[in-house]
Order: sequence, then structure tokens, then C-alpha cells
Amino acid sequence: MEKKIRVLIAKPGLDGHDRGAKVVARALRDAGMEVIYMGLHQTPERIVEAAIQEDVDVIGLSLLSGAHMTLFPDVIELLEENDADDIIVLGGGIIPDKDVEGLKEKGVRMVFGPGTPTDEIVEYIEQNVKVAR
Amino acid sequence: MDLASRVLDGDRRAVARLMSKAENEAPGVKKILAELHNHIGNAHIIGITGPPGSGKSTLVDKLTLEYRKQGKTVGIIAVDPTSPFTGGALLGDRIRMNEIALDKEVFIRSMGTRGHLGGLAKKTGDLVKILDAFGKDIILVETVGAGQSEVEIVGTAYSTVIVEVPGLGDDIQAIKAGILEIGDIFVVNKSDLDGADETARELDAMLDMNSNNLDWRPPILQTRAKDGNGISQVADALNDHMVHMKETGILYKLVRARTKDELEEIISENIRSYIDGTHGEEELEELVDRIMDGELDPYNAAEIFLKPFTG
Ligand SMILES: Nc1nc2c(ncn2[C@@H]2O[C@H](COP(=O)(O)OP(=O)(O)O)[C@@H](O)[C@H]2O)c(=O)[nH]1
Ligand SMILES: [Mg+2]
Repeated sequence: MEKKIRVLIAKPGLDGHDRGAKVVARALRDAGMEVIYMGLHQTPERIVEAAIQEDVDVIGLSLLSGAHMTLFPDVIELLEENDADDIIVLGGGIIPDKDVEGLKEKGVRMVFGPGTPTDEIVEYIEQNVKVAR
Repeated sequence: MDLASRVLDGDRRAVARLMSKAENEAPGVKKILAELHNHIGNAHIIGITGPPGSGKSTLVDKLTLEYRKQGKTVGIIAVDPTSPFTGGALLGDRIRMNEIALDKEVFIRSMGTRGHLGGLAKKTGDLVKILDAFGKDIILVETVGAGQSEVEIVGTAYSTVIVEVPGLGDDIQAIKAGILEIGDIFVVNKSDLDGADETARELDAMLDMNSNNLDWRPPILQTRAKDGNGISQVADALNDHMVHMKETGILYKLVRARTKDELEEIISENIRSYIDGTHGEEELEELVDRIMDGELDPYNAAEIFLKPFTG
């Protein structure tokens, strides 16, 4: 059977809505992927533990709260500690341009700003997972 | 170390990887499962089924907390439907499993049905085996929850819990018809809502009429899963059921019957792949030619083809 792409979608931090994350989750599902949806208020520890158990190819984190400079690197560090840094980490939400480069240096593979067409995200994942495998 | 040894050694990543291989029917996976065979058979496998939104995932979360309090380790498989149009799936049961998400003695895996009907995925049974070999004491399987045809869980679990909610009213006859026989324990969840007592009474009356189950009368329990109320009673009932199954020898018979089914399935799969394989294909073509030449009939040709199996 063809290997399905598995993606974990979570929203770390305290802010209280996940509309954007849900839109992306549905778009990925409609593109034939298996999306493990964790919802709001997730901690880096929970996200990484779930990513390992679910054997996902990609973690998509959506963030509005401004804590991105600590939350994203925490996730990446935990992945490394668990020998799971082959998992691609993507970011979404309102992240100031000046921070994007810094996040990429720390290992976030790509950051999608608000209003990115979901097709673009789907395509990015399909291509990069193929390469990673 | 190979994947099987790593699983037996308690490596979570290896467990997750092997599960993916099993789901994808990757080459070589049967050999790994074969290596695990001697390490399975110790878990209590529990199915949780019932309509969408009845609180199955919440109940799984709270039951797991209860089992952890008792010192038991827990594996969870949560099945959700795959879209028949896109092949994708939104697997959302983890949203309700936050309290147990960080416990290293708990392993949670979400599965899409990938076109399989009956409330489970085709390979749910393999994932249960892997968790069993991994050493989990309790394995909870949450089914899709799409309706009345979800009876496949009884072929996988040792104990099946049916989760209902109050206020089914007149629909209860229709809904219950298919599930009365498969439930070992009935849970009326959301007992904070109106009508829980009535729903429990109706279920009770229907179980009275159902004479199939003479040696085990399924208990009907009320819970408020969201607040953890009534959960320890469910765990107790599950334990009672397992003790009953062991003492009466039902468990042994059940496992034996399933082993036979499984063996039959593996044999027919292997014969199928022999037919589809290059050797089989060649011989098939040759036999077809001989039938076309009037030298053979299809019945005798089939016997010739099956000679390697029939001796
Ligand atoms: N009122 C009430 N709601 C509950 C109870 N248990 C679960 N729920 C809610 O029912 C909804 C569905 O629960 P979920 O566990 O996802 O159901 P599932 O679809 O059967 O897995 C959630 O909003 C839960 O918070 C309960 O005992 N009482
Ligand atoms: Mg659920």
C-alpha cells in the first residue's frame, strides 16, 4: 500500500482560537493526508511525544501569541533529544518577518504567514516529505 | 538491533515505526510480527464503541487514568474514518486525551480506516498485537462510531464496552438491535443530562429479553466521563468480565477461534500471492493454453496447479 503522509497539527501557547489551524488541517486531509489534530494549548513536550507515537512526517505548529521564539526551538530541541529530528517542523500564524530567519536557523523548515493559500502548504509538504523519505 | 528486539526492549520510536509498517503492509513486516508472536497474549484488550459524540475518547482518557492509578500500563488505538473521496483523514481523538499525553507508560496511536468497513481499520489487529508485545497491560481500542455496522470490534477485543447517551427515546429499539449482542458492558455516559435513568432502564429491559447471554449479564453503568464520575466502576466491571472469561474457559476458546481465523487468512493471503507471483502466473498461462488446446478441463487444471499445496 502507498505510504500516506502523516501530519501533526497543534497549537502551542495560550491564545484561545484555532480557526487557522483547523483550516489547514482540513486542507491537508482533503489532499489525502492523515492529520492528527491536537487542538489548543499544547506544550512542546506533548507535541513531541505525540509526534513520536504517531510516527508523523511533519509537525505543523500554529502560533499567534508571540512566544514563537521559545516554543518552536523547544520543540526542535526535544525532537533532537529523542532522535526524531528527521520530522519536518513547519510554522504558521503571525510571525514578524524579522523573526522568520532566526526560526529557520534554529531548524523550523518553513514559515507560512496568514493568508498563505493552503495549496501552497500542501505542495510544500508533498515535495519535502518525498525528499525526506 | 532489529525492529522486533527494539519493540521488546521498550523503544517507543520502534513501536511507532513498526505500526506504520504494519499499516502500510510494508515488505518484511510479517516476519517482524512473527518474531513478536511469543510475547503476546498478556494484555486485556478492550473495545470502546458507540455513536459519535457519546464520549468514547473522554472515557478512554479517564479509564486510562484509573488504570494508571492501579499501576497498569495502557496502550490506546483510536480509529477515525478515512474520507472515501480523498483518502485523507482527520484524526481528532487526541484532543480529549490530554491528561494522559505525557505519561511514558501510555502509548496512544490514531488510525484512519483507509477504506475498511466495520468500525476498525484493516490493520487494527496488528497494532493491538504490537502494543501487546510492547508489554501494555491494558489495550483500549476506540472504534469509529459511525453506526450499527460496527461489530468488527468483537473480533478483536476480549471485552466490548458500548457507550450510549441519555435521551434516545423511541429510537432506542432500532439503535440497540444490533449492539445488544456485542456489548459486555453498557455505559450510559453524560448522566448529568436528563433521561439517563430512563435510558439505563430501557437498556436493562432489552437485555432481559435478549436470552443469548446466559452466563454473563452485561452490567449497565452510568458515568459522567467529563468529570471522571463512575469510571472506577467501569474499570471494576471490565476486570470482573476478564476474570469471568478466564474462569469459564471462554477466553481460551475465543483466542483459539481467532487464531484459527487468522491462520486461515494468512494461508489464503499466501496462496493469493503465490497465484499472483511470477511462478504462479507462468504456470497459470501454461495451464490456460492446455485448456484452450482441448488437452485439459479447468477442474483438473486447478488440481494440477494446487499440487504443491495438496501434496
Ligand atoms: N455533558 C457531558 N458531556 C460530556 C461527558 N463526557 C464527554 N462529554 C463531552 O462530549 C463531547 C464528545 O466527547 P468525545 O469523547 O469526543 O466523544 P466521542 O466522539 O464518542 O469520542 C465532548 O465535548 C466532551 O467534553 C459527560 O459526562 N457529560
Ligand atoms: Mg472520539
